[in-house]
Amino acid sequence: MNRLIAYMVIMPITLMPPALVASPSNTLFSDYAQASTDPFSAERGQQLWNQEFLHAKSKTLRSCAVCHTDELTQYGKHKRTQKTIAPLAPSVNAERLSDVKKVKKWLKRNCKWTLGRECTPQEKGDLLTFIQSK
Amino acid sequence: MKLKLLVIFSLLAAFVVVWGLSFADDDSDDGENMRLWNKTIGVTPNNNTVYEQECGSCHFAYQAGLLPEQSWRNIMNQLEEHFGENAELDTQEHQAILNYLTDNSADKSNARHAKHIMRSLSKDQAPLRITEVPYIKKEHREIPARLINDNPKVTSLSHCNRCHQNVAQGSFSENEVLIAGYGKWDD
Repeated sequence: MNRLIAYMVIMPITLMPPALVASPSNTLFSDYAQASTDPFSAERGQQLWNQEFLHAKSKTLRSCAVCHTDELTQYGKHKRTQKTIAPLAPSVNAERLSDVKKVKKWLKRNCKWTLGRECTPQEKGDLLTFIQSK
Repeated sequence: MKLKLLVIFSLLAAFVVVWGLSFADDDSDDGENMRLWNKTIGVTPNNNTVYEQECGSCHFAYQAGLLPEQSWRNIMNQLEEHFGENAELDTQEHQAILNYLTDNSADKSNARHAKHIMRSLSKDQAPLRITEVPYIKKEHREIPARLINDNPKVTSLSHCNRCHQNVAQGSFSENEVLIAGYGKWDD
């Protein structure tokens, strides 16, 4: 009997893909997936990561990479304030993508800063997939 | 009778000595009649985790007692455009931080610098920047630009903690100043 219960608990866990078990942000992924048309793609995420947007007020080009660099395992630096930014890659910074609230907060702020608007659920999912692959 | 006089005299003497000592290690910040106040707190230290985490993750978490209530209200009203950055918060945190800042703003504080700050502002003045408060400007007017704005290790008066060593404890005492990349400040 005890064994049966143990199997019932362990089986679903072992059957889950490792990424889902490892990342508490999977609820975010499923929220964004529900509101998106295409499956998330790290490649599309990377494209958006490096895409430059003209910031009208300062007449400068902005992109994610401007502050975070295009090497996510490295430290970044805020373009304007010069503040050091810890690496975003979960492989070198385990804290990343572990706090859903924090992820949402910064996606909102930084999409507005970079693109001048909030990102769509599709874009957010792509970006997170790209970051998670690093 | 003689003994009584002696006791009174020595008590008086002791009082004068203690009084004198309290002057001696005084940092004499502005020569006003505030010397005895130097033993009181400069600015009340931060006492709110949400505020320290949310605001302090990007910049020095300025104590609430450094600006009047209306300044904090105006700042919190435009977080989407926070000195050129987007610093939006979700509703819960926004309200918690707004409450903390307005409950502890300079106009409600008994701390020494808070009182100076309020005295230097006219009634309807609510600056968005602490560096625009007349008292703060006055306290820093003797420091040449090469030590602050043109100093790559400081870059702006807004980085209080780069020179004021015990700023987290709410102390801005002059003898604790160590200008980054320069050293002690003596005027």
